[in-house]
Amino acid sequence: MMTEGKHLFSILVDNQPGVLSRIVGLFSGRGYNIESLCVAETLDPQVSRITMVTIGDDQIIEQIKKQLFKLINVIKVNDLTGSNCIQRELVLIKVMAKPEHRAEILRIVDIFRAKVVDVGPEHYTIEITGNEDKLLAIQNLLKPMGIKEIVRTGNIALLRETK
Amino acid sequence: MQLTGAQILMKVLKEEGVDTIFGYPGGAVLDFYDELSRTDFNHILVRHEQGAVHAADGYARASGKVGVCLVTSGPGATNTVTGIASANSDSIPLVIITGQVPTHLIGNDAFQEVDIVGITRPCTKHNYLVKNIDDLERVIREAFYIARSGRPGPVLIDIPKDVTNAKADYKGFESVKLRSYNPTYEPNLKQVRKVIELIQQAQKPVIFAGGGVILSKASDDLTELARKTQIPVTASLMGLGAFPGTDPLWLGMLGMHGTYRANMSIGEADLLISVGVRFDDRVTGKLEAFARYAQIVQIDIDPTSIHKNIPVSVPLVGDCKITLKHLNRMLVDVDLGNVSGKRQPWLDQISAWRKTTPLAYEQKETIKPQYVVEKLFELTKGQAIITTEVGQNQMWAAQYYHFNRPNHFITSGGLGCMGFGLPAAIGAQVACPEKIVIDIAGDGSIQMNIQEMATAVQFCLPVKIAILNNGYLGMVRQWQELFYKKNYSCTNMEHAPDFVRLAEAYGAVGLRAKKPEDVEPVIQKALSINRPVIMDFVVEREEGVYPMVPAGKAITEMLLV
Repeated sequence: MMTEGKHLFSILVDNQPGVLSRIVGLFSGRGYNIESLCVAETLDPQVSRITMVTIGDDQIIEQIKKQLFKLINVIKVNDLTGSNCIQRELVLIKVMAKPEHRAEILRIVDIFRAKVVDVGPEHYTIEITGNEDKLLAIQNLLKPMGIKEIVRTGNIALLRETK
Repeated sequence: MQLTGAQILMKVLKEEGVDTIFGYPGGAVLDFYDELSRTDFNHILVRHEQGAVHAADGYARASGKVGVCLVTSGPGATNTVTGIASANSDSIPLVIITGQVPTHLIGNDAFQEVDIVGITRPCTKHNYLVKNIDDLERVIREAFYIARSGRPGPVLIDIPKDVTNAKADYKGFESVKLRSYNPTYEPNLKQVRKVIELIQQAQKPVIFAGGGVILSKASDDLTELARKTQIPVTASLMGLGAFPGTDPLWLGMLGMHGTYRANMSIGEADLLISVGVRFDDRVTGKLEAFARYAQIVQIDIDPTSIHKNIPVSVPLVGDCKITLKHLNRMLVDVDLGNVSGKRQPWLDQISAWRKTTPLAYEQKETIKPQYVVEKLFELTKGQAIITTEVGQNQMWAAQYYHFNRPNHFITSGGLGCMGFGLPAAIGAQVACPEKIVIDIAGDGSIQMNIQEMATAVQFCLPVKIAILNNGYLGMVRQWQELFYKKNYSCTNMEHAPDFVRLAEAYGAVGLRAKKPEDVEPVIQKALSINRPVIMDFVVEREEGVYPMVPAGKAITEMLLV
């Protein structure tokens, strides 16, 4: 039985022009999905890490892994799904902050260990990091106040050290 | 030692064993061409850049070496794209060098500028834009290494004009090491042992050979395995010649236009040993019905080919030749018992299929295209290198010319690229000057790269072109006949040049056969002339290719005539 699910890939690639385009082109050309994508240099300036969330059944995910690894500039493909790793995403939320809601919003911010990073007469901008569940929870709580805009960085992840 | 970019290119090409370049000059590659005139490379000046790539492809397949093209920027580069895509589909090792506008103009929409690296990213194995002269030598070496190693493929190098005349230190030969690219050649021996167990248990085994057998030069090993275990062999279009086409164990081609016995045997097989194949939809037909009773073994160097279309019981990632060698070596210690006796019922069944439903046609008053191909086989004693265009001509060539050796059938299999055959024949003739090279063509396809006749004449390449002239885009017409109620929309091509006079205009020889009794003398005459010859065979207009598996049907559901 094939199960469709989200997968979190950590991909090490040569830090060269055009490499990201090869990866993205592979996904569009073969009809795979990218749900989020994060790219930055690693400790080794010649290597970049791409963290990507994709969706597919087992057969598609296996193909994605193999097709990625087949690209000449891809050094390593790691499927972190279900592994013992730390996952984080940073989100900025611009929420309507009418006087009667301000205290409530700050309480929510406090509970979620988020931060207010910009204040205006009519809004707060909140910065929060966490995993998907936490981010969804705060969004649901803020929704009644009116969320004006949201920006998300996409997932990043790192394996935990074995003890 | 300081050398210019152009000098570095020539030097590395030499070191990589290149002797022939297929190319077409232009503004951005003037420095290369200037330098080329002081070297002893055999430069074949084509008449269109697409022809250069197909010719390099034909050269690569006939010689087993890397084919090399040199073209200019902009339109020169875009003209190569179809040829590159074809080579990529068929895993043919090529290095394509394109000129580019000077680095300071890149991105400016300069004259004859295109982003060819961007355009060819999805249809090359890898590609490069060399902006810094210090990278040039390394990149060219990497390109050859990537093109020929692992699953081969085309690699493009885009070189801006200012890089061709900038100078850098020449470091000289060093072996290429890429930390992110290490193809697996050696198979997992545990998996190989599993294959041996399956062979011991199987009652109705079949071997299915693909282009990978030819690319890894594994034909002898495959033949040894088949004969030792008495397992019948079929092949994809790309695998023709991997196993002798006149051997009693040969089943004929598999797939949409495969033989009845090949397709039926896949339907009943209990073991399918596939070697160097990727289970293209033209081979499998309806996936759920393909080899439904069989345990499938898949040997391939490219892990992405495995489990892509067909679930496999024993995946074996490795080089076909090395893997087959292990298999043959390990079989020595295995008691296979009375193989011939055990296999007899299965081989009898296959013979019965062959007897009831052979490949067949009836030769009446007008020439049948199949008859032409049979005569070509007979009169060349099966020794010719055959290239094809795409469509009915290609399928009849595959069905009726019985290839006994690898590297003798050169066709655009994956991409199915019309206009492939003539330039590919030119490339094959350059690689094998002593061989007879015949392009089996249709009247539609041949017109797609007919300009290369001038190349053949200029370079005294005595290729023979056999046009199966039915005045139609025959394969499309056949689909219209079968699936669109004979609505022959835009497939009538009666308005064509007089191919005999066209040949003469190019300085070649033109011959025509209108009646069946003309066929043999025309072929004999063509073979006796050491110049390019076009043979125009006026054939039955509405002949179809059979058997045929309609798209989406199981391969055992064939239309027979």
